[in-house]
Amino acid sequence: MAIFAIQILNSLLYASVLFLIAAGLSLIFGVMRIVNLAHGSLYAVGAYVTAWLIGAAIARHVPLGLLFLALPVGALSVALIGIVIEPLLLRPFYRRAEEYQLLVTFGLLQIFEDLIRLVWGGTPLSADTLIDALPILHIGGLFYPAYNIVVIVIGAVAAIILWGVIYHTRFGVMLRATSQDRRMASALGLNVELVYVVAFGIGCFMAGLGGAIVVPTQAAVLGMGVDALVIAFVVVVIGGLGSLKGALVGAVVVAFVRTAGIQFFPELELAVLYLIAAGVLLVRPTGLFGTA
Amino acid sequence: MNLLRTVDLRKQFGQTRACNGLDFVINKGEFLSLVGSNGAGKTTLVNLISAHLQPDSGQILLEDRDITFTTVAERIAAGIARSFQIVNLFDGLSAFDNVALSVFSRDGKTVKMARLADHDRDVRRETLDVLGQFGLASKAAAPAGSLAQGERKLLDVAVAYALRPRLLLLDEPTSGVSTHEKAQIMDTVSSVVRGGIVTAVVIEHDMDVVFRYSDRIVMMHEGSFLADGTPDEIRANRDVANILLGAPLTA
Amino acid sequence: MTTITDQAPRERALPRVALAAVAILLALAVIPSFTALYQVQLLTYGLIAAIAALGFNLLLGYTGLLSFGHSAYFGVGAYTVALVVAHLGLRSMEEYLLIGIPVVAITSAIFGYICVRHTRIFFGILTLAISQVLYSLALKLYWVTGGSDGLRVPRPTLFLGLLNFSGSHGFQLFVRSYYYYVLGIFVVCVVLMWVIVHSPFGKALQAIRDNEVRARFIGLRIRRFRWIAFLVSGTFTGVAGILWVPLNGLTTPEVLYWTFSGEIVFTALLGGFRNFAGPIVGGIAFTYLKTYAVATTEYWQLLLGVVLVTLVLVLPTGIVGAISRAGQWFGRRNAVT
Repeated sequence: MAIFAIQILNSLLYASVLFLIAAGLSLIFGVMRIVNLAHGSLYAVGAYVTAWLIGAAIARHVPLGLLFLALPVGALSVALIGIVIEPLLLRPFYRRAEEYQLLVTFGLLQIFEDLIRLVWGGTPLSADTLIDALPILHIGGLFYPAYNIVVIVIGAVAAIILWGVIYHTRFGVMLRATSQDRRMASALGLNVELVYVVAFGIGCFMAGLGGAIVVPTQAAVLGMGVDALVIAFVVVVIGGLGSLKGALVGAVVVAFVRTAGIQFFPELELAVLYLIAAGVLLVRPTGLFGTA
Repeated sequence: MNLLRTVDLRKQFGQTRACNGLDFVINKGEFLSLVGSNGAGKTTLVNLISAHLQPDSGQILLEDRDITFTTVAERIAAGIARSFQIVNLFDGLSAFDNVALSVFSRDGKTVKMARLADHDRDVRRETLDVLGQFGLASKAAAPAGSLAQGERKLLDVAVAYALRPRLLLLDEPTSGVSTHEKAQIMDTVSSVVRGGIVTAVVIEHDMDVVFRYSDRIVMMHEGSFLADGTPDEIRANRDVANILLGAPLTA
Repeated sequence: MTTITDQAPRERALPRVALAAVAILLALAVIPSFTALYQVQLLTYGLIAAIAALGFNLLLGYTGLLSFGHSAYFGVGAYTVALVVAHLGLRSMEEYLLIGIPVVAITSAIFGYICVRHTRIFFGILTLAISQVLYSLALKLYWVTGGSDGLRVPRPTLFLGLLNFSGSHGFQLFVRSYYYYVLGIFVVCVVLMWVIVHSPFGKALQAIRDNEVRARFIGLRIRRFRWIAFLVSGTFTGVAGILWVPLNGLTTPEVLYWTFSGEIVFTALLGGFRNFAGPIVGGIAFTYLKTYAVATTEYWQLLLGVVLVTLVLVLPTGIVGAISRAGQWFGRRNAVT
């Protein structure tokens, strides 16, 4: 019984992280019609930066409580990267053929993956000290770190904040207007370029946050970016690109299936996931809630 | 002798009734102009007949054969072809290739991978023929994207015509085009209709063109038919005149 | 202003194109006579990359579909050969091709069927996902695929056993003979692809690429055409994989990984994907570029990524496109003076 509860918590943790990544991807696509192939790598950068900050802070004997600041800082650093990339490398291509956008972001994917290796090397970077900062819970005789619950909460809070911003703020209205009809929005006086940069920044922040909060539970390793990207794609395929609700539903579905899969049929768990994705696509070609 | 008939055809977009229970008859060999103000439902009707849209209810019958639920490809095979209001061409290909493709497609030759397109003499001859009829022979090698707007309009009609349909649906074929080119398009369409080769339904706003070339004029207004008759009958129709002049309809 | 008479313009250009092609072919034929063995090997890899790129570009340049998972077909080709060696003990190159080509064709058909039902972005995602699944299968099912160690492939015999390469000078003889073998298949592939893109089918693909709606309204069945294009494309790339593994001597899951798909995309972009010769030039050029990059720095992936982004920004029509534009510019200057 306790094991069951832990499995569910683990699934929720995974779903939380996946939601952050997928929601960022979906937001960027929804507003700017770009699929950022480097999105997974930005998640990885978030993880690495956070782990590195925590490691450096520990070496300087920073108190455990302050270490938590590494999480938003890690996420913000990724947002910063995004804000720099968008005007420089993505804006020249909005009027060009779609292929070029994909090619540029693919190039960025390659750059980031190797840049990570260049800066942090090939050995995994861990940050599990952060878990020690919070108590260990007892669930029916088994131990479970409270930190994991924090991750789940952060994911849920992020979902609520994002939903609130998009549907209940003026900026959210601008976002939605621009995503519906860019030219119209521009004709109405909206600063479309600003909206784009901010949207991209938020999307990158989410990816970075996903990496930041996950890294205490699992070390940052090379290739985590691409792995995350592929899974994030499954999430948006199931949930639909451009939809917040879809990212949430997709993340939950994928997380639960994957956790169960790893438990019961490890070799095929990825294949099962793709089977589900293929199934959804057959019935609803744009995903469950997609706008693509 | 009717070629195509619709029965109580309906299409709604939200609150707008674009087609409000239309019973439409197209006779074989006639040159029919579909007129009316913007939003009257003309393009929707053409979209429904060409399978660009599916009706909410009602039937479409081609020579008494129910084609309401057939696909675009099936309707083309049955002999219905259309051109577009906003020019819709293969800009990366030459004018020649644009038309040739219609011919290849019609003859079922597009699956041929093992022979060079340019070597098919029959297709080449027919393509040049069609291009000549539309005055585009000299521009055959030019990429469609590089042609002037008037030439592109002509090409758009030529591409539909090359499918040798029984029913040719033209959506504003003379909009944005010079007087000379208008005449050229309409003369060509008119001559192939006279030759009994094709029946034409043309959406038009230029009333001079409409009155000069049509056998029959059908006026639509807010999703329904307002008037239907020969040019003389329409000229005498007060409701039509009022619509055109913006005055209220007679009771 | 050109007028069309009895000859289509392409027919008049044909002798010039043919002449250039023959010249290049002759050059390729005599190169091994006076270069080091290593260079011959490198050029063979270049030709193989060109075949892979040629196949890939049928989808990108002519059909307008950008696949990020073409490594799947290359890898299936390579692994098929390796498995055939391991389980059936076959050693002849012809047997590899005879078995390998249908296998990659069927694989492309199946995956193509799934992928072409979707719009451009989902198409890209699906192709990437499929290749990653294959990669993870190759990695995990180690009792079949040798896992991360991969599978070895010994030197094959050529021409149904006529040419055998054991013995003291076997390696040198193999490298030189295999170069001509690959060159021959390369020529066949180029001719085949050239006919395909200039056929009615090829025109239909380009029409679908340019304007899907209009293509539908002249009666073309979009999905079917895209599927066939995918099939042909994957098969060509699969043939490249089949040719690659006997030369490399080994196949590992790396050949299914997304980075390899990226390299294939790169080659098309480098040469220029809007024309026929672009991928060929790109394939050969990229092979040299990558060899140089790998030799120069451990972070060659980074270097390639930077080059890719720069290319897209600065030279989107690729090498061949740039040369052709330069040629036009010179032509205009001469016309003026």
